[in-house]
Amino acid sequence: MEAVLALEDGLIFEGTSIGARGETSGEIVFNTSLTGYQEILTDPSYAGQIVVLTYPLIGNYGVNAEDEESSRPFAEGLVVREATDSADHWRLDGSLPDYLETHGIVAIAEIDTRALVRHIRQQGAMRAVIASGEVDRDLLVEKARQAPEMVGRDLASRVSCREAYRWEKPSVAIFPEDSSGSRSRSDAGEPPMKVVALDFGIKHNILRLMVDSGLEVTVVPAMSSAAQILAMNPDGIFLSNGPGDPEPVAYAIRTARELIGKKPMLGICLGHQILGLAVGGSTYKLRFGHHGGNHPVMRMQTGQVEITAQNHGFAVDIASLPESIEVTHVNLNDQTLEGFRHRSAPLFCVQYHPESSPGPHDSRYLFEEFKRVIRQHRRESGTSFTWQD
Amino acid sequence: MPKRSDIKKILVIGSGPIVIGQACEFDYSGTQACKVLKAEGYQVVLVNSNPATIMTDPELADRTYIEPLTPEFVEAIILEERPDALLPTVGGQTALNLAVALSERGVLDRQGVELIGAQIKSIKVGEDRLLFKEAMKEIGLETPRSGVAYDFKESGQIVREVGYPAIIRPSFTLGGTGGGIAYNAEEFEHLAKRGLDLSPAHEILIEESVIGWKEFELEVMRDLKDNVVVICSIENFDPMGVHTGDSITVAPVQTLTDKEFQHMRNAAVRIIRKVGVETGGSNIQFAVNPRDGRLVVIEMNPRVSRSSALASKATGFPIAKIAAKLAVGLTLDEIPNDITLKTPACFEPTIDYVVTKIPKWAFEKFPEAEPLLGTQMKSVGEVMAIGRTFKESLLKALRSLETGRKVGSQKLDPDQIKEKLILPNPDRLLYLRFAFERGLSVEEAYQHTRIDPWFLRQVREVSQLSAGLRGADLDEIPPLQLRQAKRMGFSDQYLAWLTGSTAAEVLQRRQDLKLRPVYKRVDTCAAEFESFTPYLYSTYEQQCEAEPSQRRKIVILGSGPNRIGQGIEFDYCCCHASFALKEDGFETIMVNCNPETVSTDYDTSDRLYFEPLTFEDVMHVVEREQPEGVIVQFGGQTPLTLALPLQRAGVPIIGTSPESIDLAEDRKRFGRLLSGMGIPQPPSGTATSFGEAAAIAERIGYPVLVRPSYVLGGRAMVIVHDDHSLERYITEAVDVSQNRPILIDKFLEDAFEVDVDAVADGRRVVIGGIMEHIEEAGIHSGDSSCVLPTYMVKPEHLETMRDYTRRLALELKVVGLMNVQYAIKEDVVYVLEVNPRASRTVPFVSKATGVPLAKLAVRLMTGRKLEEFGLGDELPVDDFFVKSPVFPFLKFPGVDTILGPEMKSTGEVMGVSDNFGQAYAKAQLSAGSVLPRSGTAFISVNDQDKLNVLPIARRLHDLGFRLIATAGTREILAGQGVPVEAVYKVNEGRPHIVDLIKSGQVDLILNTPLGKDSFFDERAIRRAAVQHNVPCITTLSGGAAVASGISALQQNRRDVRALQEYHRNEE
Repeated sequence: MEAVLALEDGLIFEGTSIGARGETSGEIVFNTSLTGYQEILTDPSYAGQIVVLTYPLIGNYGVNAEDEESSRPFAEGLVVREATDSADHWRLDGSLPDYLETHGIVAIAEIDTRALVRHIRQQGAMRAVIASGEVDRDLLVEKARQAPEMVGRDLASRVSCREAYRWEKPSVAIFPEDSSGSRSRSDAGEPPMKVVALDFGIKHNILRLMVDSGLEVTVVPAMSSAAQILAMNPDGIFLSNGPGDPEPVAYAIRTARELIGKKPMLGICLGHQILGLAVGGSTYKLRFGHHGGNHPVMRMQTGQVEITAQNHGFAVDIASLPESIEVTHVNLNDQTLEGFRHRSAPLFCVQYHPESSPGPHDSRYLFEEFKRVIRQHRRESGTSFTWQD
Repeated sequence: MPKRSDIKKILVIGSGPIVIGQACEFDYSGTQACKVLKAEGYQVVLVNSNPATIMTDPELADRTYIEPLTPEFVEAIILEERPDALLPTVGGQTALNLAVALSERGVLDRQGVELIGAQIKSIKVGEDRLLFKEAMKEIGLETPRSGVAYDFKESGQIVREVGYPAIIRPSFTLGGTGGGIAYNAEEFEHLAKRGLDLSPAHEILIEESVIGWKEFELEVMRDLKDNVVVICSIENFDPMGVHTGDSITVAPVQTLTDKEFQHMRNAAVRIIRKVGVETGGSNIQFAVNPRDGRLVVIEMNPRVSRSSALASKATGFPIAKIAAKLAVGLTLDEIPNDITLKTPACFEPTIDYVVTKIPKWAFEKFPEAEPLLGTQMKSVGEVMAIGRTFKESLLKALRSLETGRKVGSQKLDPDQIKEKLILPNPDRLLYLRFAFERGLSVEEAYQHTRIDPWFLRQVREVSQLSAGLRGADLDEIPPLQLRQAKRMGFSDQYLAWLTGSTAAEVLQRRQDLKLRPVYKRVDTCAAEFESFTPYLYSTYEQQCEAEPSQRRKIVILGSGPNRIGQGIEFDYCCCHASFALKEDGFETIMVNCNPETVSTDYDTSDRLYFEPLTFEDVMHVVEREQPEGVIVQFGGQTPLTLALPLQRAGVPIIGTSPESIDLAEDRKRFGRLLSGMGIPQPPSGTATSFGEAAAIAERIGYPVLVRPSYVLGGRAMVIVHDDHSLERYITEAVDVSQNRPILIDKFLEDAFEVDVDAVADGRRVVIGGIMEHIEEAGIHSGDSSCVLPTYMVKPEHLETMRDYTRRLALELKVVGLMNVQYAIKEDVVYVLEVNPRASRTVPFVSKATGVPLAKLAVRLMTGRKLEEFGLGDELPVDDFFVKSPVFPFLKFPGVDTILGPEMKSTGEVMGVSDNFGQAYAKAQLSAGSVLPRSGTAFISVNDQDKLNVLPIARRLHDLGFRLIATAGTREILAGQGVPVEAVYKVNEGRPHIVDLIKSGQVDLILNTPLGKDSFFDERAIRRAAVQHNVPCITTLSGGAAVASGISALQQNRRDVRALQEYHRNEE
C-alpha cells in the first residue's frame, strides 16, 4: 500500500506503507545508528517524534523481547529506505513490520531517506505527517502544521510512570563476559545503596545497569516532590532521560533545585538538562539535534574521547552555567555541552547516553562513578563535597 | 598531543611486488602514508622493490629506494640514510616481517632507529598464533580450540584433541599461503607437512573448525592517548571456511543486533589494547555461531590491510593516512575529518548505503587448479560497489567484475546446483541465483551454503524479479516494475537479455520514463554534516548530489579490478593522468570500481565516481558531468573496449582516436598497413574455423602462435606445433565463431624480443625506452624479465626499431602513449604488435628514465606539444634497470609452471645498478628467486647457442661452479678446455638431469630451447626447477646476466642508491 510523508514546509515524499495503516504526526528527526532500531523505537525519549533511520536497511534481524527499552514503542512513526519483512536470528521473536503493526506504529519505506535527512539538516527539525493509503497531500501538509510544537511542551509527564515501583532486573546475560552484574555488586557487608530514579521516560537499560552495579533502584513518577523523594531516604537520586523540551518540566526543575547538595545526584539526557536549569543555566533547541551512536565526546579530566550514543533535541547552553559548575564533557563535533558537575555538591550529569542501547559502551564507567560518589557521600555525610579524581 | 619533533627522518617500507594476498592496497596505504608524513614536515625515506607503484614516484618521498626487501639491503639503506624512525605498518606482512628481522638482528638498536606505529611485541602477538591465543584468554575472549605444532608428530597429537575437520594455518605467511582444511587424516598429513615447510618459523596452528559460522571484521584505530574507534564493520557473505580475501564481503554488518555488535566492538577495543597497537589501524576478525551468538576471535593484523583499504573506500575515512599521523604522535581528536572539515577524525563513521566487495579470480589462467575456495586466498583482485540497498550494491559489484562473459551466456547445469552450492567456488553466487529462479527454498539454500538467510533472501528477491521479467515484452513492463528493477541494480544489459531486447532499447525506454540514476555522496556521516568531498556513487533515488562544476574537466576511466595482465601499472597511469591534468588546471574526474587502488582515493582526483566501468554506468557519469574529454587509453583493456561505443554515443575521447586503437587491434587491417609501410611482421592469418586455421598454419609453417582476438595479458594464447594440437585448441580451449575469430601468427622461435614505449603528439615522437627481454621468445612480455637499456641488441637493429616506432606512431596518429613489441630473428626486425595506449612497462620506464611518461602523454592529449618539454628523441638511461616478474604458482599446487604466451605473473620488481649483473641479481632477489653463489650448474643449449655459450660457461667455472652438461653441449665445452661432466637427458638413462634436480644436486640451470623435439624434456626440467626453487635460465642473454649477477653476489656488494640520485645528473 502507498504511503505519503508530508513536511510542514510542504515537501512530500511518496513511498510504501509498512506497519500499521493510518496517520501519525510528530517532529521529524533522524538517527544515524547502524544497529538498534528496536531500542530506538522503544526509547520513550522519542515520544512526539517521527524517526528517520539513515541506515537504509532496517528490520534485518527482526525484533526480540530483550531489546525493548520500555514497555512499548514510543516513537510516533518510522521512516526507512527498505524494510525487511522476514528475518532470521537466534533471538528472533518476530519481524519488524509485524511488530509495528501490532503496536499501531505508522511507518513509511522506499523513500529517499538521504534526501529527507539533508533537508532536515538544512532546514532543521520540523513537524511531519505520515499517512497510508489514498490521501489529500495538501491536507497532510496542513495537518503537519497543526501538529504540536516540541518547544514549550511537557512530554515527560506523559511518558512517566504513574506509580513508584522497584526495578530488580539486571542485564540479560546473553554474553557472559559482558554482564557486569557479579563483578561490581556492593562489597560484602556494605549496606545496600538505594537509588530513587525520577522517571521522565527512563530507558530500561539504565535500570539494568544500575542493578548490575549493585544499586537498589526505585522508580518514581516525574512529578514526585523533593519531600516525597527524601522521605524515601535514598542514598542517591537519579534523573532520567526523557522526551522533549526541559523548560516546561518546571515541577522537576524545582524538585531538582531542592535536592541539590542533599543527596548524590546523577542525570542523563533530559535529567542533565533539568539539572542544568536547576543550577541556573539555560537551555535551547538544537537545529536538528543529536541522534546517533557515533558522537565523540571529550572527558575533560582525562582528555580522552568516548564514542557516545546521543538522543536529544535540546541542549544546556555552555555559556549559561554559573561559577559553581564545572564542565566535564564536551561534544567534539560542535563543542556543545555534554556533561557537568557541581564543584561542591555530589551532582553530576551527562547529556549523552552512557547506558547506550543502542550504541557503544565506552561510557559505562559513569554508573560505577555514581556508586563511588554515593559511597563517598555516605562516608563524609555532613561535610562539604570535594571531587576525588 | 602535538606531533613528535624528536624524529625528523622516517623510513617507510613498502610491500614489494603484487602477489596474491598482498596487492595494490598497499600502494594505496603506502602512498597515503608518504604524503602525510611529508606534509607533516618529516623527511621520508621509502624502500620498495615494486616500480609499478605510485608510492615509488620520486615526488612522494624525499629518498626513494627501489631495492630488494631483504634485511641486508634495508640495513644498507639504514646505514646510508640514518633515519630516526621506521614505519612498518603500511607495507603489509612483508614490511612487518622485515621490521621483525631487522630488530632481531639488532640493526634497529645499533642504528638507533625507533619503530613507530607498532612495536615488535605487538607484531609478534598479532602474528604468533600461540601468543595471540594466550593474550585473548587473558582478556576473557574465546578463540577456536587449537594448538601449535613445530613438527609433524606434534601436529598429530593436536589434531586428535581438536578433531576433524581441522584447519591448518602456517604462521607468518601471506594471505594464508599454505593453509587448508583437513577433513581426514590423509589430507591432514599433506597439509600439515606443507604448512610446516612454508612457514618461515616452521610453525603451524591446528584449529577447531568454525566452518559455517558467520564471519565478521572490524577495522579499529587507536592513538597514543588510548582513544579507540571502530572505523568500519564488515560482514562476510560467505561464512567461515573461505578466506576473507576470497569472500564476498559487505559493509556495514547486516545481521547482528546492537547487543551482539557492541559485544564485538567491546572485544575489538580490548584486543587492540591488549595486543598493544599503540598507534594506527588494526583489522580484527571474528566468527559468530549463528545458533547462539557465541563469539570467537579469529585473528588480528596489527597494521593496515586489504580490509582497511576496503574500509577506507567504504566509509570515506582514510585509515592509512590517519594511521601515519597517529604514528608520529598526533591524536585522533587533533585530526580533522577531511570530508566534513568541521568535525574531528575521532569518531566512528556511519554510512547510509551498502558496500559489497566481490573478489576476482584467475582460475582460467591455471586450468589444472581446481576452482575451489578455502582458507588460502586465491583471488587476484576485487571490485567494490556502493548502492542504497544490498541488492543494488551486489548487482553493481557483479557487473563491475568484467567477467568477459556476455550476460546470461554461461551455461548452468541444474544437476550441479547442489555441488556448486556446497563447495565454495567462484560461481557459487551464480548458481545460487539460478537455483532460486528454479524454486530452491531459502532453507535448502542455507543447508547447502550456511550463508546467512538474510543474504539468501536478498539474493532470492533478485532471482524472483529476474524470473518475473524473463520473456516479458520490454515495452509492456509497467514503469513501476522497471523502476524496481533499476533500483535493485539490474543493468540495461541484463534487462535486455531478460526481455529479448537490446541495451539501447532499454535505455530508450528508461529515457522515455525519465528513469535515470542520481549520484549520492560518501561522507562518513550519513548526511549529518555537509560534505566537501565529491566522492560519489550512483543509485536510483530522488535527489542528486553530484553538483557538477562549470570548470574545464576531463574524465579518466580506470582499469577496474586487478587481474593477471591488467593491474597496478594501469592504475599508476590513470593516477598520473589525474595528477598532470590537475597541475594543468583541469578538474579531474576518476571513474573506477577497484577499492585497492590509489585512483579510488578521494584525494587523487577532484571528483571520484565509484562506479562499474560499463557503457551504461560511464555514459551516465558523462551525461551528468559533460566533460570536455574522456581518457580511455590509460586503464588497460577495460576502458578500451568502451572507446568505440562511447565515441559513437558522442562522447569526446581525447588522445589517439578509438579508430586508430581499433585499427591496431584488427589483425587484417593492421597487417595491410604494415605491408604498405614496408615493415616486416611474422606471417599471420585470421581464422573462424579449424579448416581455415589449418590452411593458414600450412601456409606459414609451424610452430604458430594462436589466440582469440581482443585479449590482454595473452589470455588463451598458446604456441602450437602441429595440426593435432591446433584442432584441440580450437575445439576445446576457445569459442571460435564468425564474430570471434582466432589469430594465427608464425611463431619466431629463438628470436630476441624487445619492447618499446613511446609518446607522440601527432607530429613528433619521443622514445621512452627500448627494453630487451631476457627470457626466450614466446614468453608473454609481462612474464619476461627485461632490461633497460638493451644489453645484446645490435645498434643497427636499435636504429630500425626507432625508425619503425616513429613511423608507426605518426601513421596511427598517436597522441599519447604507444607500445610496440618487436622480435629480432636472423637480423630481421619484426613488429609483433602495436598498442597505441598505456602499456604495462610505462611505470618501469618512467622510474628508469626519471621522466613521467604518463603525465607527459596526458598533456599531449589535451593539445600540448612535445617541443614544450625539451626532450630529445629518446630518453637517456645511464644505469641498468631490470624488471622481473613474480608468479603465483605456490597458490595453485599442481599447476603447470611452464611459461608461455599466456601471462601468469601477478606482479613485478625492479633491480637497479650501474652494472647489469648487479641489477639483474637485485631483481632476482626481489622476485624471491635467489641466485646461487656456488654449486653445480647444468648447461644444455641449442646448436646456434653452442658457440656463444662458451664465455658464459667459462665465467661460471671461474666463479667456482661445477659444470654438468648433456652430451652435445659437453662436447663443445670440453673441446674448448672447460671442465665439464656429462649428465643424461631424461630419455637417455638414470639418474638423469631431472633426477638430479629433484635430489637437490643442481643449483643453476641454463637451458635454451631446442625446438619441438626436446620440448617435453625441457618442460620436465623446468617444472622440476620451479618445484625445487632452482633458477632456470632459458636464453644466453639470461645466462650472461646470471653469471654477472652471481659475480656481483660473490663480491657481497650491496650498493643502494636512491632514485633521486640516479636522476640528479639529468636535471
